[in-house]
Amino acid sequence: MSNEPTSASTSRPPVLEIKGLTVRLPKGADREFAIENVTITVGSGEIVCIVGESGSGKSVTAFTVMGLIPRNELKPVAGEIHLDGVDLLKQSDRQLRHLRGEKMSMIFQEPMTALNPVMKVGDQIAEMLEIHTSLSAGERRERVIAAMQDVNLPDPESLFHSYPHQISGGQRQRVMIAMALALEPGLLIADEPTTALDVTTQAQILELIKSIQRRHGTGVMFITHDFGVVAEIADRVVVMQHGKIVEQGPAEQVLTRPEHPYTRMLIGSVPSLTPPERTPVNQSEPALRANGLNKIYGSSGMLGTGRVVHAAKDVDLVVYRGETLGVVGESGSGKSTVARCIVRLVDPTSGEVLIADTDIAGLGQSTLRPYRRNIQIIFQDPYRSLNPRRTVGQSIIEGPMNFGIGQAEALDRARNLMRIVGLAPEALDRFPHQFSGGQRQRICIARALAMEPKVLIADEAVSALDVSVQAQVLDLLDDVRKRFDLAMLFITHDLRVAAQICDRIMVMQNGVVVEEGRTSAVYSNPQNSYTKALLDAAPGRHLAFLQNS
Amino acid sequence: MAVTENTDPAALSADARLSERKNVSVLSLLLGNRGVFWGSALLGMMVLIAIIGPNFTLDPTALSPMTRLKPPSAEVFFGSDFLGRDVFARVISGARISLVVGIAVALVAVSIGLVLGMVAGYIRTLDAVIMRVMDGLMAIPGILLAIALISLSGATLGTVIIAIVIPEIPRVVRLVRAVVLTVREEPYVEAAIAAGTRLPWILSRHILPNTIAPLIVQATYICGSAMLTESILGFLGAGIPPEIPSWGNIMSEGRTYFQISPWIIFYPGVALAITVLAVNVVGDGLRDTLDPRIARKM
Repeated sequence: MSNEPTSASTSRPPVLEIKGLTVRLPKGADREFAIENVTITVGSGEIVCIVGESGSGKSVTAFTVMGLIPRNELKPVAGEIHLDGVDLLKQSDRQLRHLRGEKMSMIFQEPMTALNPVMKVGDQIAEMLEIHTSLSAGERRERVIAAMQDVNLPDPESLFHSYPHQISGGQRQRVMIAMALALEPGLLIADEPTTALDVTTQAQILELIKSIQRRHGTGVMFITHDFGVVAEIADRVVVMQHGKIVEQGPAEQVLTRPEHPYTRMLIGSVPSLTPPERTPVNQSEPALRANGLNKIYGSSGMLGTGRVVHAAKDVDLVVYRGETLGVVGESGSGKSTVARCIVRLVDPTSGEVLIADTDIAGLGQSTLRPYRRNIQIIFQDPYRSLNPRRTVGQSIIEGPMNFGIGQAEALDRARNLMRIVGLAPEALDRFPHQFSGGQRQRICIARALAMEPKVLIADEAVSALDVSVQAQVLDLLDDVRKRFDLAMLFITHDLRVAAQICDRIMVMQNGVVVEEGRTSAVYSNPQNSYTKALLDAAPGRHLAFLQNS
Repeated sequence: MAVTENTDPAALSADARLSERKNVSVLSLLLGNRGVFWGSALLGMMVLIAIIGPNFTLDPTALSPMTRLKPPSAEVFFGSDFLGRDVFARVISGARISLVVGIAVALVAVSIGLVLGMVAGYIRTLDAVIMRVMDGLMAIPGILLAIALISLSGATLGTVIIAIVIPEIPRVVRLVRAVVLTVREEPYVEAAIAAGTRLPWILSRHILPNTIAPLIVQATYICGSAMLTESILGFLGAGIPPEIPSWGNIMSEGRTYFQISPWIIFYPGVALAITVLAVNVVGDGLRDTLDPRIARKM
């Protein structure tokens, strides 16, 4: 296991040595240096994880090593970066171009945008060999097929001729890795390579990076925000905050005996997979009920039949007052479709949505409108959930004023709600861009609460937030549920988050509910094989400290 | 209660100061663009000339058979035409027609296109109907359509403006519809729907503001192209009647005498070129400063 003590790490010759690296930010930024006095060593055959929240400077460090930073904006002003004894900061663009690919390479977060969409994947891997070697076309093809086998891509011969959109996200990331390793570089930089992937795919990719790194003796600099991933893969850990290294050491030591308070806070913020004790909810008064909900996207139009997707199949659910029901699943499982059908942002194909015994699934827009205030939704992306041209106050009072509440009264209520969500009431006059992501999510919660809803739907509402902010917003959601006796439908892909906040859990796969039950029961004794696979794939679950922190 | 993230009033007000500075600088940012600055300066000069110029010139319609086809000189700056009318006076007074047509066409086309585009983009059932009509309009060459419309209704300033507006509408509709289609998927629009906001408010509060920047840019291009179209119509004899001088019909009348007295065509041509150039330079500058991303798609 990677978290075993790595006594050999000190004796390994270093592939990469970063010494006292300082990168200056352009004038007018929120701080002077993007990274300051950063010293990191990556040995061959070693995986070094750089962990930090957004803005910690972890990506700037990686991009500076690759020579991919815009030099007129981000200027390295001090320090050295030695790759196999060559100081990268002293190399010309041409020399760097040679080193990239041959001596060091990089994989990115979003494999769909990192691959050229109009080029076959085989040709994209072959391009690396074409640029850096003098192999013939036939030899290149053989090498590419071998590289694709190396990353366990099924049927390389036919995948060679596929375009990126024809293969799955996990396969795309495998192609990226094959491309990065085609020339057997000594250093691989991985910038959040599994963040955009589903949890089961993430587990496979992490396993792949580990095994390839062991076979080829590659040094890996792995950038992540997720301590679960760190626990899975790291030999050594570097924790960064505000551009500075606050702690570094062997993985086992940093994870189990963190010294710096920031590291302790980060590890403490990772939600545990063990559901806490929750006071049982009085299941007498259902706030929301859905029966046999179906949603089919795409149907026969004027120009013949298109692709038909059955996004939700016969979904039944009930949420009681004061209860949180979690809907968990990977991308494409239909969890968001269910939420959007219930809020009536999309029209369900068939089925009922009952609010206090009224079926709103088939109502027309004008008859539906009075029921709208009963169900409110919070979205994933805090940066797009608020109209950038309207003040926070205008956004919050819009809903109540739609239902005939006067401006003065609505503003009064908004001020009160701002206090409840932990923001200053004076901030109502500001525009969304003046707030951080977590603060915007609080504003969205206030906006939803202003409608005095019976049901609150949180659609991946904490997924885009840093782990420390995530914990606070989760607390807030649970707090408002109790305070207003709300029924909450909590949609997430993250099993750790779901464990913390949900009374009951519903697991969805390909539009179907495969398992449902009390959270503690589902987590301790999953019945469905897919639920088991999801739980097994959760990164870092073998570490006790992440289990019951 | 959850721990508050940042309720420190000092920190929040520091943020506020930062953004106020940004808001103030929008105008100076626009004028900081060289194209916008010089283009607007030139255009402003043209407008000034069009408004007050005719008060200081000779009567542009006064005939003077004794001094026909005189070349430019200190007395008659731009020479005189085949009826002895002062070309300088005619060009200055023609500026009124060109600018009125350009600005009116831009305003009318943008207003009609905005409404149709919003409806097409948001109300899916009307989309196909509106867009097929627009496709049909786009398939007919603009000048031909304008000539046909004018022949049907007779040439006055009003009909010329209408005839130029109609072929310009589809481009505006397409632009607005494209913006609406992207913005309607934004979570903040969905949040407004979930909050029971009625359709007219959704359109005007949440969607309309996103179309303003690309529309301003589009309006400048329409203005320039309308001035050209008006001149072409005038040159073909289908535009404003000859008793009201416009750059197009001055050139049209001078065509026969081009060999012996080219100034009759030269000066209105130069005036037209300078004005259209100024409008387009402003448009390019606005595009670069307002929204480089959307503009590049157009």
